[in-house]
Amino acid sequence: MSDFFEVFGLERRLAIDVTALQRRFYELSRRWHPDFHQAAAPAEQARALEESARVNAAYRALRDPLARVEYLIRLEEGRATREGAVAKPKAPPALLAEMFEIQEALEQARGGGLDDGTRGALTAQRDALRARMAEGEAQIAGPLSRAWDAAAPADRPAALAVLKDALATRAYLRTVVDDLASALGEGTEETHVANRRD
Amino acid sequence: MSRIVGIDLGTTNSLVAYVDERTGLPVVIPAGDGRRLLPSIVGFTPEGVLVGEAARRQLARRPADTVYSVKRLMGRGWEDVKDELRYLPFRVLPGEGVVRLAVGGREVTPPEVSAIVLRALKERAEAHFGESVEKAVVTVPAYFNDSQRQATKDAGRIAGLDVVRIVNEPTAASLAYGLHRLGQGVIAVYDLGGGTFDISILRVKDGIFEVLATNGDTHLGGDDFDRVLMLWLLEDVQARHHRELDRDCVELAHDPEVMQELRLAAEAAKIRLSTEERTTLTLPLAGFTYHRVITRAEIERLLESLVSRTLGPCRQALADAGLTPADIDQVVLVGGSTRVPLVRRRVQELFGTAPHSQLNPDEVVALGAAVQAQILAGGIKDMLLLDVTPLSLGIETLGGIVSILIPRNTTIPTSAREMFTTSVDGQTVVDMHVVQGERELAKDNRSLARFELRGIDPMPAGMPKIEVTFLIDANGILQVQAREQRTGKAASIEVKPTYGLSDADVERMVEDSFTYAEADVEARLLIEVRNEADTVLTHVERAFRQAGALLGADERAAIEAAVAALRQARAGDDRDAIRERTSELNHATEHLAEVMMDAALKGALGTKRADEVMGPR
Repeated sequence: MSDFFEVFGLERRLAIDVTALQRRFYELSRRWHPDFHQAAAPAEQARALEESARVNAAYRALRDPLARVEYLIRLEEGRATREGAVAKPKAPPALLAEMFEIQEALEQARGGGLDDGTRGALTAQRDALRARMAEGEAQIAGPLSRAWDAAAPADRPAALAVLKDALATRAYLRTVVDDLASALGEGTEETHVANRRD
Repeated sequence: MSRIVGIDLGTTNSLVAYVDERTGLPVVIPAGDGRRLLPSIVGFTPEGVLVGEAARRQLARRPADTVYSVKRLMGRGWEDVKDELRYLPFRVLPGEGVVRLAVGGREVTPPEVSAIVLRALKERAEAHFGESVEKAVVTVPAYFNDSQRQATKDAGRIAGLDVVRIVNEPTAASLAYGLHRLGQGVIAVYDLGGGTFDISILRVKDGIFEVLATNGDTHLGGDDFDRVLMLWLLEDVQARHHRELDRDCVELAHDPEVMQELRLAAEAAKIRLSTEERTTLTLPLAGFTYHRVITRAEIERLLESLVSRTLGPCRQALADAGLTPADIDQVVLVGGSTRVPLVRRRVQELFGTAPHSQLNPDEVVALGAAVQAQILAGGIKDMLLLDVTPLSLGIETLGGIVSILIPRNTTIPTSAREMFTTSVDGQTVVDMHVVQGERELAKDNRSLARFELRGIDPMPAGMPKIEVTFLIDANGILQVQAREQRTGKAASIEVKPTYGLSDADVERMVEDSFTYAEADVEARLLIEVRNEADTVLTHVERAFRQAGALLGADERAAIEAAVAALRQARAGDDRDAIRERTSELNHATEHLAEVMMDAALKGALGTKRADEVMGPR
């Protein structure tokens, strides 16, 4: 079966023109959506349903730069199903000491209430980590993705490993930011897809 | 391809519409009497089943046998609805699985009640076209889960309709507005109906209506507004008239008829206050008349917290779409409850733009359903709706944790594959528990169904590889298929829906629906005139008790004679005679009504004796 890049007639590259992707998505939707196959024979209807589901899945995987990297890793590693998260949260070594402090403060916060001083400190840390997370995301979507695209076939596994590592760090930061937010009595970070207007 | 109609199966009202081939525009099909809305109310009487306006008229008189707002019970279990049962005058039976109502001496499920409404709309369409109508697009709230959608489809089947598509109400509304009214851009559809709330964010571009995110609350709507107002009215009546109530030992809250009248009065006041700043409420009750002026500011204080509850889902939908309020080009209002000025203000504040409401908010969903029907019939080729699934779909894994297979706001149709295996040597059956919702633990989410994969060849634990495909179709309804990978043979699956009806249940109900079919036209008309007579008799007798003393002896005698004549006619089955006697009684009591109104305005009835009010004649 074709992969999601092939669904859109694209090469396996992380740099994607999102406007063109959307246009192609709309074309494929018009071709396969079950709405336009109501009068068809059952076999054709089943095919339309399957193709349409595939087009939707492909668009979801490719329209967002981070989801695209996750999909690429899965594809390169030859995993067909969604089994297991791509990025197991992993603490960045450079942050270990800092993380240790945060975990301690979190323990305290869970034990008893938060005094104003701790609350202030945790809020500042959360903001700092959020900024770091955003920076990491920009790295993944930008230079690291470009590096994989530019790498010679022999160097691709190494470039992929760097991307995987960066995703693991991001996943870790996200759990810490979520823990901090919930200790501060706020909602957790939601996964947002990129739907910015074009 | 045969004709497909569009149906809005609403909490309060239902409608049927179609696209007129000549103009290409969707139109609502009116009933023979010209009415466009069919109240979603079903009355069970010894003579037969009543639906719509006829059932609405008997709401206050037969509260226990008249079912309204059944949409709030669709696809739900007793546990889900038990908290609101004390506000419902009809009986809901405790038990496992799908909710059951005990009305008119029999048990019915919500899909059967909805089927009666659907059948009436089907007949309305058939009368209009002069041919049979067998296919329909039916709308549901976007935030409806799988069980609620399935229940809606079942209702169609029981009514003899093939529901070719379930469409989300807010997206249907966007289709009704269409390209020429919306243009290109990002729009938010805010849909607050009788019982449910939805928010959908769409991108409209090149004829594609792409839903980016949706959110909502399937238990929030005009009914809740009415309930808050009703409880407030009840307290106010009790506070102002505690002396009369104590004297007569009346417990208003325990009288279903009074509660129903209070609810209807609350609804009427709410509607009037959408266009007026203040309104006067006059409610004749046992032994006294409640009379009060209510201002818009007063009801807005009562409704504030309910209206605020719609804003959280709006923010979540924006966040899920990765957008901010500034990204929204247009806001469209749908649903009767968006007529409430407070709702409009809050929506405008949130999105920072004045909302659209050129199309009648009561009709726009049905019109959109008709457009979708026309797309399916092949009559419209330039428009396509790409909708999403509102809730995440997952399976329960070890420790009761949910593993998400399809995240919310995924464009449908969509599918996910998952591998399953056995944990014990020789195991031939594997269980799966499928849930819908956003919570981490399975028990906090909506249980959809338990699936049993059977007929696995006995093998050592962990050896079988069963690939299960979960597919959400364009209706937002789940289909599951399983295949043993080694042998490639399809595994058989037994589905046990948690809150649904089995195929056998639905089949039985299809048969029952013929046995219990609505009374034939003659019988129905007779019931209607009798009901009308009962309503008039009840009112006249109450008024007579309260204000009869204010009339002259001749007039009293004339009214008593007219009452007796109507009673006698009502006992027979001559429809015309009942109708004539009813209108004669109405005529005989015109003056009585004026006297009542006068006295009520002076606040004089009930607390004082009539001769004190009027003085000696």
